[in-house]
Amino acid sequence: MSFSNWNSFSKLMKGEYIFVGLRNYFRLFEDPRFQTDLWNTLFFTLFFILGCLSLGILLAVLLDKGLKGSRIFQNLFLFPMAISFVVTGTVWSWIFAPGILPKFPQGMNLLYKLLGLESLQWSWYTSTVSIFHFNLALIPVIIAAIWQLSGYTMAMYLAGLRGIDQALIEAAKVDGATSRQIFWRIKFPILRPITLSAVIILGHISLKIFDLVYSMTGSGPNNVTDVPAIYMFETTFRANKYATGSAIAIVMLVMVAVVIVPYLVSSMKREVSK
Amino acid sequence: MSRVSKLFTYILLIIFTLFFLIPIYVLISTSFKPLQEVSLEKMWFLPLKASFQGFVKAFQKLSPNLKNSFILVIPATIISALVGSINGYVLSKIKFRGSNLLFTLILFGMFIPYQSVLFPVIRFLQSINLYGSIWGLVILHIIYGLPITTLIFRNYYAEVPTELIEAAHIDGAGIFKVYWKVLFPISLPGFVVVIIWQFTNIWNEFLFAVTVTSDPTKQPITVALVNLAGSKVVEWNVQMAGALLAALPTLLVYVLLGKYFLRGLLAGSVKG
Repeated sequence: MSFSNWNSFSKLMKGEYIFVGLRNYFRLFEDPRFQTDLWNTLFFTLFFILGCLSLGILLAVLLDKGLKGSRIFQNLFLFPMAISFVVTGTVWSWIFAPGILPKFPQGMNLLYKLLGLESLQWSWYTSTVSIFHFNLALIPVIIAAIWQLSGYTMAMYLAGLRGIDQALIEAAKVDGATSRQIFWRIKFPILRPITLSAVIILGHISLKIFDLVYSMTGSGPNNVTDVPAIYMFETTFRANKYATGSAIAIVMLVMVAVVIVPYLVSSMKREVSK
Repeated sequence: MSRVSKLFTYILLIIFTLFFLIPIYVLISTSFKPLQEVSLEKMWFLPLKASFQGFVKAFQKLSPNLKNSFILVIPATIISALVGSINGYVLSKIKFRGSNLLFTLILFGMFIPYQSVLFPVIRFLQSINLYGSIWGLVILHIIYGLPITTLIFRNYYAEVPTELIEAAHIDGAGIFKVYWKVLFPISLPGFVVVIIWQFTNIWNEFLFAVTVTSDPTKQPITVALVNLAGSKVVEWNVQMAGALLAALPTLLVYVLLGKYFLRGLLAGSVKG
């Protein structure tokens, strides 16, 4: 379908298939909106993964100290995983709604005002400021996504840390290793494969992210928070441009496949050699 | 550990707890406010007087969709769990040519962006006259639930000693009889993990739901919630109460069976 001329409802109904080669793809990559989408996906993925990994490992290390109440904290950090992106988006959209500045601040801006931090107020996800293709309006969306999924990376790291043989750590202690050395020399290398899994899983979530952005901000002014999945949805189901929609879907599939296939193949090879 | 570092750890943990609780605070405090109290200046304050107005209204609007979600989730979860367990049995205990390749292909299905299968899927549902109905969604979620349910059961059955199965074979039991008499009775923990996972995911899913069901009376709760926000004047207390209603079933499952939820989560990430 992505190679066809089916860009209106009537053409689809006629069912007459005209092959147009890669035309839909050429048009797509020349489309400024799609270019914005790709930049947005890139930066969203980058910061979202970095945020989840660093927060996840920090929380896991804190909880791994085995202090009283760790269990409660762990459950608290993980519960957003049980909530749908749609609910998350709805709530965060209210928290980060900028209101009308400077007189009628809303959400976080209002909280800043109550705390006397007016200088921190800004227009959040309606901001059109962009630094080298990075639309700052994405920041609130990234925060919401990190809120939802950092508990996941925490759980993965925590499982990794708890699986480490305590005898190994005791031995290192006897040899006079400091706790910092133990972390970097023993624990960190063990956690590396977990990091890889986490990057793959978070990466494929963020490349196809839709629900969260759709329910939180939509495309935003000048498409500052637009992503391919939203473009695909609107162009297909609102504008009936099926061929363009298919082309976007295929681009998304390729992006995800580039991340996933090598990972699956390598894990299959490991399996066979076992 | 020294007292200072202990204190420091707790302070950090509490700061992060605040970050995790902000949305929940806003969600709960707003949903209990009467409409006249829902104003921008007061969004960070607790309601002066708790009111169920928001909940009553949200429930009126969303109760058919809540029902739809249950109609969708229950059969889809059970069937995908059952089929997944049979798949898991076959892939872990019966080695045949290409079984690893098949398994990898099934896993790829777990990561596939739903967008890229939307058209074929819609066409398929149209051809069997289930497009636009909740049963169409049930079928989709059964199919797209299979990769993860298969994966979890395969790992679960990998721990069952193969001798047990061989012994049953020697006693003359066929493949299905082995599954039914030997594996199925010990599968309960596996089923709990898979059912919780599927329940949560299907309940929270949005893209299939919004594209397959366009009639508002047939939509599951996630779609109805977004539409609620789309209306011109947003009554935030109703909106937040609705969000809370939509999140409640999965949250309850999480609170009651969190241990199994975590297991499902990790099963999806630790391969092989």
